Amino acid sequence: MADLTSLTLKAALDGLTSKSFSAEELAKAYVSAIETANPHLNAYVLETPDKAIAMARASDARRARGEAGPLEGASLGIKDLFCTDGVQSTAGSNILKGFRPPYESTVTAKLWRDGAVMLGKLNMDEFAMGSSNETSAFGPVTNPWKARGSNQALTPGGSSGGSAAAVAADLCLAATASDTGGSIRQPAAFTGTVGVKPTYGRCSRYGVIAFASSLDQAGPIAKTVEDAALLLTSMSGHDPKDSTSLDIETPDFSSFVGKSVKGLRIGVPDEYRLDGMPTEIAALWDQGVEWLKAAGCEIKRVSLPHTKYALPAYYIIAPAEASSNLSRYDGMRYGLRVEGGSLQDTYERTRAEGFGAEVKRRVLIGAYVLSAGYYDAYYLKAQRVRRRIAEDFDKAFLEVDALLTPTAPSAAFALGDRVSDPVSMYLNDVFTVTTNLAGLPGLSLPAGLDSSGLPLGLQLIGRALDEGTLFSLAGVMEQAAAFRAKPQRWW
Amino acid sequence: MAIDADTVRKAARLARIRVEEAALQPLAQELSGIMAWIEQLDEVDTDGVEPMTSCVACQLPMREDVVTDGNKRDAILANAPKADRGFFVVPKVVE
Repeated sequence: MADLTSLTLKAALDGLTSKSFSAEELAKAYVSAIETANPHLNAYVLETPDKAIAMARASDARRARGEAGPLEGASLGIKDLFCTDGVQSTAGSNILKGFRPPYESTVTAKLWRDGAVMLGKLNMDEFAMGSSNETSAFGPVTNPWKARGSNQALTPGGSSGGSAAAVAADLCLAATASDTGGSIRQPAAFTGTVGVKPTYGRCSRYGVIAFASSLDQAGPIAKTVEDAALLLTSMSGHDPKDSTSLDIETPDFSSFVGKSVKGLRIGVPDEYRLDGMPTEIAALWDQGVEWLKAAGCEIKRVSLPHTKYALPAYYIIAPAEASSNLSRYDGMRYGLRVEGGSLQDTYERTRAEGFGAEVKRRVLIGAYVLSAGYYDAYYLKAQRVRRRIAEDFDKAFLEVDALLTPTAPSAAFALGDRVSDPVSMYLNDVFTVTTNLAGLPGLSLPAGLDSSGLPLGLQLIGRALDEGTLFSLAGVMEQAAAFRAKPQRWW
Repeated sequence: MAIDADTVRKAARLARIRVEEAALQPLAQELSGIMAWIEQLDEVDTDGVEPMTSCVACQLPMREDVVTDGNKRDAILANAPKADRGFFVVPKVVE
């Protein structure tokens, strides 16, 4: 039998349907691939082989009874931000080591309802705060990709670095991820995978460990556009347990892949053409424009004048929300407790030891910008700028149906390269953070390799709830790009 | 505005994070760098702009005020750093 782990999600589902192999055989192939690769890549923080095989057997039994769901028997990786019943869920933090939630996140519950199998929990930046996976309490993930002729370990991006690396290295068919400022799309771009951040409110946040609640959205990272569409269809849907979950029907997103995009108007925003942008990224962006033109799209220049203020606004809003969300980690009910001389001292020691440097930095910024005397100048100002950014998109979408931009301002960089300069790390999200602030869907797909053989991504941004158009456009671009490169196995 | 060690001490106190005296100054410098970058927001004219708190336009939904979950005491206490006879055990709060 051919290597089952190299299959796409769609091909694996077809193979399971035609009984070419069983869910158990598929899960076992992944369990053994993970065993070999994970000591080198560190993509999984927790492997659950026994659970995977038990779930796969149950899946095979359901299929035998004629009860196969849309993801029946598919082996998936789950970002460690998602609470999984009885299975350690840490958000990459020491403060939650050993935490076994007594409940399941809605998104993962929907995947199991549809027949999927869990291989384990995937590494991530601590509480999803990071762009390189280096803030994880479990150590960084190593990107399966390496520059040609180099042995330098590269970042897979972040915060969903484990999800992206696992998909790129064939350590799962597809993975769940989350995106607060670019945490699905930037790692997807760095690893040659497809990542989708849906419209805010598509996927329930229930049981997804909170970072910045007005920005956090779950989404898939997958090998192909169609795979991402299949997974997002299962992950989406209204949930009364999340008050911001949208009470609307979920379309079959995969039905949009392969549709004609003729006549669609595509905006190319002037402000995304940054000074000093690598010429290879600019050239790839132009190439993407040509692909869409050839497919019958009309290309228009548009202006999103407040783009450069998106990151600074984000670095007030996200830390402010984080400082409030993370106040729950007090060492009393779950997680780490470090005893001190008093209650106050116990809180302070617990949080000092439990949180890593970047999380502390952001919680401190959050506490500062929300404190008396600064609230108006920083927090309210940032929320006003946020509205300006959303209005930019509203205006652009009067003239165009979607936007095309690069996903990230560089290819994957070396581990250790940017840890000492927080602002240069934050700039990774310059093209992705705007959609989180505006609540819009964004999709990153691999579009080519740079001169050193590393993948580069392009991003499509759509109107709220118009993921369908993004899947149609991405399908066309995927065909045109014919991106087939895979990382060479060095592990 | 530059953040000094005193401001960091205050924010750390608010955030209930212990910061050693010696770490205050380096942290102040780091946070000042980040805040200086953030201050470009002052260039944006936001007069009369309503702060945006959510990107979901709809009103928060209401539901009946009834119990929807519960009876999981032991499952919840299983994660407690300290528990005894069905209770969380916490440091002494009232002297």
